[in-house]
Amino acid sequence: MKIKLLLVLNCIFLGQYFVLSQSNENNVDLGTFSGNIQAIAQYYQEDTLINAALPEQLMGFNGFTNLNYNRGNFSAGVRFESYLNRLEGYPVTFTGTGLGYRYANWKNEELDVTIGSFYEQYGSGMILRAYEERQLGIDNALDGIKVKYPPYKGIYLKGLIGKQRYQFIDGLVNGNGLVRGVDGEIDFNELIDTLADSKFRLIVGGSFVSKFNNDNTTPDYILPKNVGSYAGRIGMRYGKFRFNGEYVYKCNDPYPDNQDDRFNYIYKNGEGLLFNLGYSQKGFAIDLSAKHMDNMLWRSTNVSVGPTDLMIGYLPALTKQHTYNLAATLYPYACNFRGEIAYQADIMYKIPKKTKLGGKYGTSISVNFAASYVPERNFIDDMNTSRQSYQTSLFAMTDSILYQDINIEIKRKINKKLKFNINYFNFIFEDRAVMVAKHHELIHAQIAVLDLTYKINDHHALRFEVQGLWTQNSKDSITLNGGETVIRKEDQGDWLFGQIEYTFSPHWYVAVLDQYNYGNSVPEQRLHYALISAGYINGPHRFSIQYGRQRAGVFCVGGVCRAVPASNGLTFTLTSSF
Amino acid sequence: MKKLLVLFIMAVLTVGSSFSQNKKLPSVKLKTLSGKTVDISQIKNNGKPIIISFWATWCKPCKVELNTIAEDYDDWVDDTGVQLIAVSIDDARSTGRVEPYVNAQGWDYQVLLDPNGDLKRAMNVNNVPHTFLVKNGAIVWDHNNYSPGDEKELYKEVLKFAK
Repeated sequence: MKIKLLLVLNCIFLGQYFVLSQSNENNVDLGTFSGNIQAIAQYYQEDTLINAALPEQLMGFNGFTNLNYNRGNFSAGVRFESYLNRLEGYPVTFTGTGLGYRYANWKNEELDVTIGSFYEQYGSGMILRAYEERQLGIDNALDGIKVKYPPYKGIYLKGLIGKQRYQFIDGLVNGNGLVRGVDGEIDFNELIDTLADSKFRLIVGGSFVSKFNNDNTTPDYILPKNVGSYAGRIGMRYGKFRFNGEYVYKCNDPYPDNQDDRFNYIYKNGEGLLFNLGYSQKGFAIDLSAKHMDNMLWRSTNVSVGPTDLMIGYLPALTKQHTYNLAATLYPYACNFRGEIAYQADIMYKIPKKTKLGGKYGTSISVNFAASYVPERNFIDDMNTSRQSYQTSLFAMTDSILYQDINIEIKRKINKKLKFNINYFNFIFEDRAVMVAKHHELIHAQIAVLDLTYKINDHHALRFEVQGLWTQNSKDSITLNGGETVIRKEDQGDWLFGQIEYTFSPHWYVAVLDQYNYGNSVPEQRLHYALISAGYINGPHRFSIQYGRQRAGVFCVGGVCRAVPASNGLTFTLTSSF
Repeated sequence: MKKLLVLFIMAVLTVGSSFSQNKKLPSVKLKTLSGKTVDISQIKNNGKPIIISFWATWCKPCKVELNTIAEDYDDWVDDTGVQLIAVSIDDARSTGRVEPYVNAQGWDYQVLLDPNGDLKRAMNVNNVPHTFLVKNGAIVWDHNNYSPGDEKELYKEVLKFAK
């Protein structure tokens, strides 16, 4: 039966192929198929020295294929996903193989309707953000219906209702909660004709999002089944100045908090405020941001789930996302879901070219400062009555640092062949709030990076990268195997990183890198993590292979993090689009 | 069922790839840095080619690519009439970073924001950098990744389609 079906299906497709190609010659639009593929296979080896992950099946595989069909105003698509078995470190709720996403969409100049799976963001995302961050295993796509419609020029309306993607077990598994939302935005420069060319621009928007869920039937508390939240935002600019702000408010929405009783099932309303003020002109920019977030964990369930599961709202991160290995994966910023007060400042300047200081090609300098603090909370003793737990006021904070990052980057092209990039980072990282490091303590780290690119000719280039990370001495001392007592360095101590990369445009690259924990307080743990990788690229297709040790680390995107275990082995990656 | 799906995908792959030459630029509405809404399929360049380059402020090779092209961009425009549209896929966390970065670098590109990944998905972009060349609304060439020298390959294609 199955084989018959397969044959029939094959015939249909071959037939269709024939028909499609024939009719295309007659210029009849039968639509187009397009899509992409991403496949990662990892073969694990035993490595007790680094405590490497070694699953029973010895191999991990994550595969994703998107397939889209489009004809005129209509489009539809599916994503076929395989976790056979999932890569180590990927959320355990991803298993099996099947469809994880499917949608159909119809749109014309005005109306835009999607049924099935979709992603969406209202404002800065604090009130609603359905998104996919595949590398982290985050996918909270909504499954339902979404409509967009502009009733009048400059006015944009959106509405949606759906359930959220929760798990993947041989296919999409939605959570039980319902999410309903509307959003409106007015662009005054489009709305009012006389403002069309004005230097002053104004956009105002607002959203309302509510959830319904019946998941939690705990006998101890009466939980609200419907919870509403609203947000208002404004965007203004005058010439080179711009200002954005958004305020979000969420009605009481108690969650379990297993770590701290003072936050367990509290009936306090949540709120968030986010500001951004910037000035920029050619060659210079300054940008200031501030946020106050309190009790804004916003999920479509009230039971305990994985940290990134069933999130309706996004907790905005106000830090720079670093890419250099040691700066990105040891002490990365992660949002504190209970609340935090954070500030960020950015200054970017390009020293003009053909000046003494700027050199022939100019020099770019960028400075970034970011810090987040524990809010000031006045705890009130009401856990047996109203369960508000504490009071806060906007931007009132304590001096307890959750995270601080000061970094500077200098980038310069010396001549046609040589370019360099120097970076310095200074981190303060409160691991007692994040619990990702080896030692849960306040960690002070400094990092320096030198990145050199040497262009051999039009197609061949060499890149060298050297990084060092140094932590402070901690308050403890430890006794080594030899009996000697030394002062312990914070967390894992000091690291060195080196990389050489050779690229042959447009098809090939090969790279060798090593990370060395040379400054670990325990001599037995001063390990090397060496890795070799090579890849082939042809247009939109890319294949790469990698062999060696990978250090345990924290992988973060957008202030959301996932711990990745150490591993040793061989990895193949294929990405392609068609 | 699963076998069917695999077969379905394989069949579509064959069909799909035979059609990729005719792929049209999808109709997706994005915002400019000043907040104006534009439909990418409505951007015309008088029959001259358009480069659409997907990038993000946290993507180093993307920035190297766009900064390298920026050095010669005036010449590219004068000689071929090409227009470059840099589509930032920065999300809620870093969209605010795009404008300061673009201005500080002094790019003359048209910059569009795709924080929800609508265009990224519609154009089947896996990861950035991914660069497309578009002529008269049809995608004629694309390349994933950036290594020094790739801009020369891109310019060869631009010259080919500028005629």
